[in-house]
Amino acid sequence: MIRDITLGQYYQADSVIHRLDPRVKLVATIGFIISLFVVDSWVGYVVAALFLIAMIKLSKVPFRYMVKGMRAIVFILLITVVFNLFLTPGEPLVSVWKLTITKEGLRIAVLMAVRLSFLIVGSSLMTLTTTPNSLTDGMEKLMKPLKYLKVPVHEIAMMMSIALRFIPILLEETDKIMKAQIARGADFESGNLIKKAKAMVPLLVPLFISAFRRANDLAMAMEARCYRGGEHRTKMKPLCYRAADRIAYGVLFLYFAGCVTIGVLL
Amino acid sequence: MSIILDHVDYVYGEDTALSVHALKDVNLVIPDGQFIGLIGHTGSGKSTLVQHLNGLMRPTSGAIYYNGEDIHEKDYDKKQLRSKVGLVFQYPEHQLFEIDVFKDVCFGPKNLGLSQKETELRAYAALKQVGLEDEFFYQSPFDLSGGQKRRVAIAGVLAMKPEVLVLDEPTAGLDPKGRDEILDQIAKLKEETGITVILVSHSMEDVAKYVERIIVMNRGSVLYDDTPRVVFQHYRELEQVGLAAPQVTYIMQALAKRGMSVDTSATTIAEAEQEILRALHRTV
Repeated sequence: MIRDITLGQYYQADSVIHRLDPRVKLVATIGFIISLFVVDSWVGYVVAALFLIAMIKLSKVPFRYMVKGMRAIVFILLITVVFNLFLTPGEPLVSVWKLTITKEGLRIAVLMAVRLSFLIVGSSLMTLTTTPNSLTDGMEKLMKPLKYLKVPVHEIAMMMSIALRFIPILLEETDKIMKAQIARGADFESGNLIKKAKAMVPLLVPLFISAFRRANDLAMAMEARCYRGGEHRTKMKPLCYRAADRIAYGVLFLYFAGCVTIGVLL
Repeated sequence: MSIILDHVDYVYGEDTALSVHALKDVNLVIPDGQFIGLIGHTGSGKSTLVQHLNGLMRPTSGAIYYNGEDIHEKDYDKKQLRSKVGLVFQYPEHQLFEIDVFKDVCFGPKNLGLSQKETELRAYAALKQVGLEDEFFYQSPFDLSGGQKRRVAIAGVLAMKPEVLVLDEPTAGLDPKGRDEILDQIAKLKEETGITVILVSHSMEDVAKYVERIIVMNRGSVLYDDTPRVVFQHYRELEQVGLAAPQVTYIMQALAKRGMSVDTSATTIAEAEQEILRALHRTV
């Protein structure tokens, strides 16, 4: 039940995209998201869709994994579409009772839906092809200039990687405790909201205790290995760009330039 | 009254690159009142198997019958089943959550919809069954020692008065004294109440003393299913799957090899002692 959550989970495969430097993927994801807001025409979205489909094909991640991630935002998507559809003023298309669908409304609703789903699929492509650790490595390196502004870049990256590392552990733990309580006759599914919230207590208390215990253990283990922050710390496998990464930057640049051109011209 | 597993298969993460075939064509009959040891190396599928017994996991294919009824039938009462097949998970002390020991043990019977009085009676009886002293009843479960916490957690399941008690590695992480205490308590409980007990472990030594039947799992399938005597005769094969027979078996085998006429199927130290003395033409 709980293992079905894919948003932000790594899918193991051996592909060009998987092997790219995490910095490239981070920049590409940000670039892709910006490009979605730069273009505002059908041509632009077709280009974005083609780019996205090509990347998914290259990544060897089954398409249904992306769709699974979409499930989490179905609700948001629905609200966006409904609101845009009925509340945008303009030339009326269909009118039933007090609700009017306008031409502009339809256009914006569809565009928003496409934009949102591309956004989610694009960013889940990054997390599906990059291990959390290399992702934070990439972030740390990208944000390095901020160090001169006294931003604790290393500490933030470390916190992020620990947080990410704990997601699957805590999910597994949740699954285990849930099963243990179900075995004791607990019921997490039926009843009204208050009853359901109350039913969470036997799950949340042990989960919090175990999270604290694990955090404590981890802190101990880190201290036992003399961890003391980012100062003068070197990496065993430092990130460095290779030929494929440069080509990827080139492709990204071409795509982005194309999108800007479309955005300006159309 | 029994549990029957009919061609049960279970695959983790089906249709993904990481799918694992955790159970392969498992067929078992678990009659009432048996004391069974379920043995297997880490990752052999024993924990997966026991979670099928009370319907927490649904087999990918195959069926499970409890008292002749398919537990995955649409209108089968799973809650009722879970009170009949009590499952104590690995490290059960991690599931404790109430403010005191007694309340925590009450959780199970309360979920069954029993009256306050009945709930408390059962909780009290269960705590007595696991041998916890009265003075601990109103303490926070988090202030107890590891062994005591585990007893409380086991009592939490016992309070539902199960007909079948499944314990997944009940001695993991306990010191030898704590281990013997827990196992002795379980054996005593079995004797007093006559319930079916399934003891999951990776240590033959632990179970040899208590159980009447051993099921050995290897890579998701049942390798041996027989009395300890017969299973331990396969000690060479057991070693190959990462398990070992009790030390007594090795001693008896070594003695037999040296020409002593002993019966090598002795499973406990007491039996071995008898055998050796007999071979030496002496009696106790």
